[in-house]
Parts: sequence; C-alpha cells; structure tokens
Amino acid sequence: LADLLQTLVTAIAVGSLYALIALGYTMVYGILKFINFAHSDIFVLGAWISFTASTFILTKLGSPATPPLWVGGVVLILAMLSCGGLGFVIERFAYRPLRKAPRLNVLITAIGVSLLLQNAGQLRSRELTDGLKLPFGPTPQRMPTLLPDDSETSSVATFRFAAATPDAQPQRVVISLIDVSIVGSALVLMLLLEILVFRTKMGMAMRAVSFNTDTAALMGIPVDRIVSITFVTGAMLAAAAGFLYSLKYPGLNQPAHEIWVLLGLKAFVAAVVGGIGNVRGAVLGGFLIAFIEQFGARYIDTNLRDVYVFAVLILVLLVKPSGLLGTPVREKV
Amino acid sequence: VTPLSALAKDHRPAGAWWRAALPLPLILAVPLLMHFAIGPWAGEFPEKLMIDVGVAIILAVSLNIVNGFTGQFSIGHAGFMTVGGYVAASVTYYGSLLIWGVATRRPEFLGAGEWLLAGGCIAGALAAAGLGYVVGLPSLRLRGDYLAIVTLGFGEIIRVLLQQTQPQLYDLSELTEATASQFVPPPLGGALGFTSIPRYASLFWVYLFAMLTLVAAVRLKISSSGRAFLSIREDEIAARAMGVDITKYKVRGFVLAAFFAGIAGGLFAHSGVILAPKDAGFQRSFEVVIMVVLGGMGSISGAALAAIILTILPELLRDFQEYRLIIYAGMLIAMMIVRPQGLFGVHEIWDFFGRRARRPAAASGVRK
Repeated sequence: LADLLQTLVTAIAVGSLYALIALGYTMVYGILKFINFAHSDIFVLGAWISFTASTFILTKLGSPATPPLWVGGVVLILAMLSCGGLGFVIERFAYRPLRKAPRLNVLITAIGVSLLLQNAGQLRSRELTDGLKLPFGPTPQRMPTLLPDDSETSSVATFRFAAATPDAQPQRVVISLIDVSIVGSALVLMLLLEILVFRTKMGMAMRAVSFNTDTAALMGIPVDRIVSITFVTGAMLAAAAGFLYSLKYPGLNQPAHEIWVLLGLKAFVAAVVGGIGNVRGAVLGGFLIAFIEQFGARYIDTNLRDVYVFAVLILVLLVKPSGLLGTPVREKV
Repeated sequence: VTPLSALAKDHRPAGAWWRAALPLPLILAVPLLMHFAIGPWAGEFPEKLMIDVGVAIILAVSLNIVNGFTGQFSIGHAGFMTVGGYVAASVTYYGSLLIWGVATRRPEFLGAGEWLLAGGCIAGALAAAGLGYVVGLPSLRLRGDYLAIVTLGFGEIIRVLLQQTQPQLYDLSELTEATASQFVPPPLGGALGFTSIPRYASLFWVYLFAMLTLVAAVRLKISSSGRAFLSIREDEIAARAMGVDITKYKVRGFVLAAFFAGIAGGLFAHSGVILAPKDAGFQRSFEVVIMVVLGGMGSISGAALAAIILTILPELLRDFQEYRLIIYAGMLIAMMIVRPQGLFGVHEIWDFFGRRARRPAAASGVRK
C-alpha cells in the first residue's frame, strides 16, 4: 500500500509538469493548428535559465546552506519572463511570415526552430560579467537546491505503515516539500490560465481566433496580437514547468539530450490524448499520461514506460481521434 | 464488363515494351560508374559520404510516395528504415557466422557476401513493408496531424522495443550453443546497438538500389496507382467521388514507402555503422521529412536532390564547427519562409527542359 501511495504522489507531481507543458502545445495548436515542436526546447531553456539564475543569485548571497525561499520565486519569474520573450521572438520572426503557408511548411519551420534552439544550447557557455554565465553548454549541470530536500526533515507529511512481517522494514510514504510546491504552483498557474481563457475579454478573443481566424479578424480582433499573447503565455507555462522540473530532478542534461525531447513528446502526447486545442483536456491528459507511465513503470516493467505512453496515444486516437475532451471536426465538401 | 486495365492493355502504343526496358542500362550504368570510376577517384571519406547520400536518396524518394504523392503525413519513416536494417543485419551477420564462421569477411565485388547483403535487404524490405501494412491499415483512418502523431508514436515504440532485445551473440560457438531463451527476444544488441555488421554495402549496391528506387518511383507516379495517389493528395472527397478506393491506395502508398525504407535501412546497416535503436527515433524521421519538403512535395527529382544537398551540407559546414547545426537550422527556416513550395514544387527537374516542358507535366496540379 505504501508503494502504491508513493507512486501516486510521484504521478501527481509529474502529471502536473506534463499538464503545464501540454497547455502550451494545446494553446498553440488551438489557434494556429500546427504542432509547435520548438515548445519542448523552450521548456529546456526554462530549466537552464533557472539553473543560471539560481546559481548566480546564490553566489551573490554567499552560498547560504539553506537558501531563503524568495530565491525560488525570483528564479521562477525570471525564467518565465525570459522564455516568454523568446516565445514572442520565435512567433514574430519564424511563424508569422508563414501564417498563410501550407501547414506542413510551418511544421518544418517548427522543427527548424527546435533544431536551432537545441544546437544553440550546445554552444559552450561564456562568462558574461561577474560570474553570470550564459545558460546552456555541452556538459550536464547540477541545479542548486532551492528547497530543502531532506526527506526526513522537510517532508510535508510522512505516513508510516507498520511492517507486515516483523523482519521487514517499516514502510513509509513521503510527500516532500518539492512535490507539494510543484503541484501547488502548477495548480495556481492552471487556475490563472483558466481565468485568463474563460473569464477575460482577452480569453474570449483567443477562443474566437481559435474558432475561426478570419471571422475573428472581421469582428475587429487583432489576430496577430492575440497569437503573440498565446505564444508568450504558452512559453511562460513551459518555463515554469522547466523550473519545477529542475527542482525535482536537479541533474540537468545538455540541451540537445534526447531525454528532454522525450519529455516534451510525452507532454505533447498528453495534449493529444486530452483533445488537442482543448485547455482542460491538456490538464486531464497530462495527469492521465503521468499515471499510466508511473504505474506501468512501477508495476509492469520499468523499461517499457515509453511504450505505454505511445500505446495509449495510439489507442485513444483510434477510438476517439479527437482526443478525450476534443470535439470531432466534420469534414465538409 | 471489361476491366479498365484490360482495355488499357489493348491501347498500349507500339514499342511500349522496349520503352519500359529503357531505364535498365541506366540502372546498371550509374552504379558501375560510381563503383569503378567515381568512388576510387574520390577517395575513402567522400566514398563514405556518397554511400550516405545514396541511402538518403532512397529514404527521401520512398517517403515522398507517402508524403508527396498521397499527401499523407508520416513522421515515422526511420522506424521502417531501422526495422529493415535490423532484419538485413541479422540475416548477413548471423548468416555470415553460420556459413563462414566469421562475420567480418572482406567483401569482394559481387562476392557471396554481397549477394547475402542483397538478400538481407530484400528480407528487411519485406519485413518493413509488412509493418507498413500493419501500421497503415488502422492509422490511415486518421487524417493530417493525427496520422503524423501516430506514425511518430510508432517510430518511438519501435525504438523502445529494440532497446529490449538481448545481447548479440559474438561467434559461431556462442551461436550454436545458444538456447531457445536467447532468441526470444532476439539477440540484436539491445540498447548498445547491433555492432560489427559486415561492411558489404559498396557504392555499387547502394546506387543499384537507389536507381531501382528512383525508376520505380518515376514509373509509379505515371501509373494508374500514381494518378490515384495524386488525386487523393489534391482532394480526397473528389477522388472518392471519382471511384478511387482511398483506404486501399493510402495503404498501398504506405507499404511501398516502407518497402523502400527497409532497403535503405539494410544498406545503412552495412555501411560501417553501429545500428542503434535511436536510429528509429523521430530525429532521423524528421531529417527525411525535411528532405521531402525541401525538394518539393511529390517531386521525385526534388526529393533526391534535397537528399544530396542535405547530406553533404553538414559536411561542408564543418569549418564552422559548433555553429554548424545552428547554421543548418537557420537555413532551413529561411528556406521555408522564402520558398515554401520547396526546390521544385510539384514539378520534376525534367519538366523544366526540352520538349517535355511544353507537355503538361504529370503532376502539375494546382495545390491548395
């Protein structure tokens, strides 16, 4: 039972990360109808900027043993702002010229942007000023601990189970502060997005553009601006996910490492399973994929964890091609 | 009622049979020229590059059947290629072990080892084609992006499954003493990859298969199947109204593309590389998709030319070292913005010259 609950805790934490990334995929797809392959690279950039910013700040503070909690907040905001800016630049210079081009071209461009970001990330890092290094580099780095990570002292809650047999170890389930902060910040961000999309005028404009771009433009909605804002929002969510990911898994791989691509791909699968273009579906899909992955890995076979994800994807697409919460598109002559 | 194909046979122009045989000298001449003249003249490293170019041509031209002719969007092509490669490699590697006791025989021109390679490539191609059928049948009910995602997922599943295979058997005694449990799952090297595959893929074989693929693709494009493919690309509903069995032709396109991808995989495996599960990943599939789009969707000569350019370009950019792939990606983005229809659009290179330029090209439909 302890095992089951521990897997559940991990699945919820990982699921909220997937959901955050999936939101970016789904928002872009909803509006521009193309798969933004560069999204996972923005997520990676978010993680690496978090690394750079937190190392820099902690060095300035004289490397305290237990860093103050505000550092995490500052790093998160920095990562979100810089990735949001990058999202704006990408949309403006790579995707906007292709607004009227066939979708395949936009897709190839997205792959191109993704390659560009990955390989720019492989460049050797350079010292700018004062110990502030450019992020990225071909060597893996270790994220400094911003939140205390000792499972004994800093867990929010630890449940103990009596051992089944006298000679077995007593089992326990640890809900660490990191897991709680991941789920907490993810939920806050999702709630903000929900308000933005469904309760504000801006969100109404986004939904209108997503529904029919031309009609929305006729209604006086500044389509280009809305698309930009959508991109920036998606990029910021990805950056937040990158930050939270680097908290949970502090060993940061080089930006072009395939583990990042796979993570992005799973988040994308989550968006598709939930119904791409549907904001709530992305969240549902994120948790679903994480549950299947974590439980499958724990109870069936760890090595096949990626197979479960893609098998679920194919299954869902075959049964309900528009995803769990998606609305089917009718083909008209 | 007389079937249309029989009617067509009656109306075949005189001399059609020798025109059909016309490409044969070309199919033989180009590989021989590459093998005996250009290869030795160019030296060892360019020769390796030329082999890569040949494999890339087969991959791009075959993916062009699905992506370019039928207008479907597959990004799992590397999956088919890798399956073909693994099948071909196990045929030649274990075959060589069984026949000669060693897997690293020095290949001689048209020697027994090279015929083993040809057999292995065909076996790999058939395996890939079978897989193409299995993948194609259910997933072709999906459209556009969803199909792309399924093929992507398929490639990833192949990759993960190949990682679960068992360690390779390294010599004859190991092979003969192996128990049944060592063959399920098959001993293909697992995550480390299939190593010490004999280097049977010479310039001759690579370009023989490349020429065969090219000629097959050109002839396919002007055949009735090819017309059906193109009609599906232009407008699925109109094609159905004209009596084109859409599912049948989509699956046919998938199987054909997978077949040639399997051949490419077989040649790739025998060109002196370690065949690894990550070759089935989507990064390699993307490379091929980029070639097809850059060449122009549906243009065979365009796909081949793009395959040549995109394989050589990274080598030419080697002087820029760490900026190499950044420049490559930048050029890709610029190309998509400046010339979205690719190098040749829907045309072929010969549409631009001579007497054929006046004739309406087979594929010069207006794209939406």
